[in-house]
Amino acid sequence: MQYLVDIVLLGLLMITGFAIVRMRSLLAVTMLTSIYSLFSALLFVVLDAVDVALTEAAIGAGISTILLLATVALTTEYEKVPGHRSLLPLLVVTLTGAALIYGTLDMPHYGDPNAPVHRHVAPEYIEDTPEEVGVPNVVTSVLASYRGYDTLGEVTVIFTAGVGVLALLGVHLRKRTEQPHDYKMLVVLRVIAKLLFPLILLFALYVLFHGDYGPGGGFQAGVIFATGFVLYALTHGLGNAERVIPPALLGVLAAAGVLLYAAVGIEGMLLGGKFLEYNVLADDPVSGQHLGILLIETGVGITVAAVILIIYFGFVSRRPGGADAQDPS
Amino acid sequence: MSTLLGHYNYWIVIVLMMTGFYTVIARPNLVKKIIGLFIFQTSVFILFISMAKVEGGTAPIIEEGYSLYSNPLPHVLILTAIVVGLATTALGLALVVRIQEAYGTTNEDDIHIQDETD
Repeated sequence: MQYLVDIVLLGLLMITGFAIVRMRSLLAVTMLTSIYSLFSALLFVVLDAVDVALTEAAIGAGISTILLLATVALTTEYEKVPGHRSLLPLLVVTLTGAALIYGTLDMPHYGDPNAPVHRHVAPEYIEDTPEEVGVPNVVTSVLASYRGYDTLGEVTVIFTAGVGVLALLGVHLRKRTEQPHDYKMLVVLRVIAKLLFPLILLFALYVLFHGDYGPGGGFQAGVIFATGFVLYALTHGLGNAERVIPPALLGVLAAAGVLLYAAVGIEGMLLGGKFLEYNVLADDPVSGQHLGILLIETGVGITVAAVILIIYFGFVSRRPGGADAQDPS
Repeated sequence: MSTLLGHYNYWIVIVLMMTGFYTVIARPNLVKKIIGLFIFQTSVFILFISMAKVEGGTAPIIEEGYSLYSNPLPHVLILTAIVVGLATTALGLALVVRIQEAYGTTNEDDIHIQDETD
């Protein structure tokens, strides 16, 4: 049964992928990309990667789609048909694909418990997590504790990308009175959005603090938190959203999250441990681990939420034609 | 038959990967190229997660009554890769927006023509 679901989902992914290549309307392609992400999130659930599925659903199907839509709005909707038609790309792709398929032939079979990938550090992570870290979700314990260095690096990459988008696009303050074109038509949406807004933020906090026990953690929580504000901006106008959470504050928050993460590491050193060693943070090692994981996940969540909002504001507040262009309305 | 079922995931991943790769090299529109990279990137995620799957295993959240779990390490790597992927995609799209403002087009061929005539 599981194989069947797997086969069908992968088939659907392939069909969506081909449709994305063939379609010329970039709006349609954007929606297909969203569907593609949703299918891959479903596939991740089938493959036992629940944390990954939560992230892919929030990011791939949610935020990416909004960013692509914003880009299409600032550029062109229809892709030009290339004037020259050459078979070279197709040939390159076929040859590369054939070489890669040849390379898979001596790979261990899908689901094989004796594959080399399962015989290295992974069994130790699963066996030692209950005693050493004391959280049931092994993904969280590996992400935040065993491989805390990696995660610090990745949070820094996200922060840097946010700085990059800020440098390229900047965030422009819009007037509060500037409303979406069909503002009066949006009454139902606005009421529902107002009801959903606190619930989304609450859910984000649940995902953050419950990440030790179930699927979730700082990355997912940050994205969900940001989507709450994106929803508010979509229904109440960008100007209002920029008053609720000022872009200047977002810049500070993005840096604060990374600094909180690094500070936890340095605190461990000051207390006599190694960088990012949580055992020394409290009287007994397991409480120290809990505290450390909670703090760094919070740092990750703050940075991710702030960077995603900076990126969103950067794209959406830009007027077509550039920074100096005036809106015709 | 067992080779077919045992490698089905990997082969579809390669097809998806090549679909993305083809979009990047054959389509002149820059937004489409970024979407091609996105497809490529997601196919790598599926490759990693497929390798993490253990037959008969469950999600790696320790719970009484279960003893066989899928490999958590690839999950961690991919989880962070998805968020980093979004950040880098956003940076790429921001560059596309600036190129549109500077050249008035997102078509690679037109950009080359403009560069040559300058």
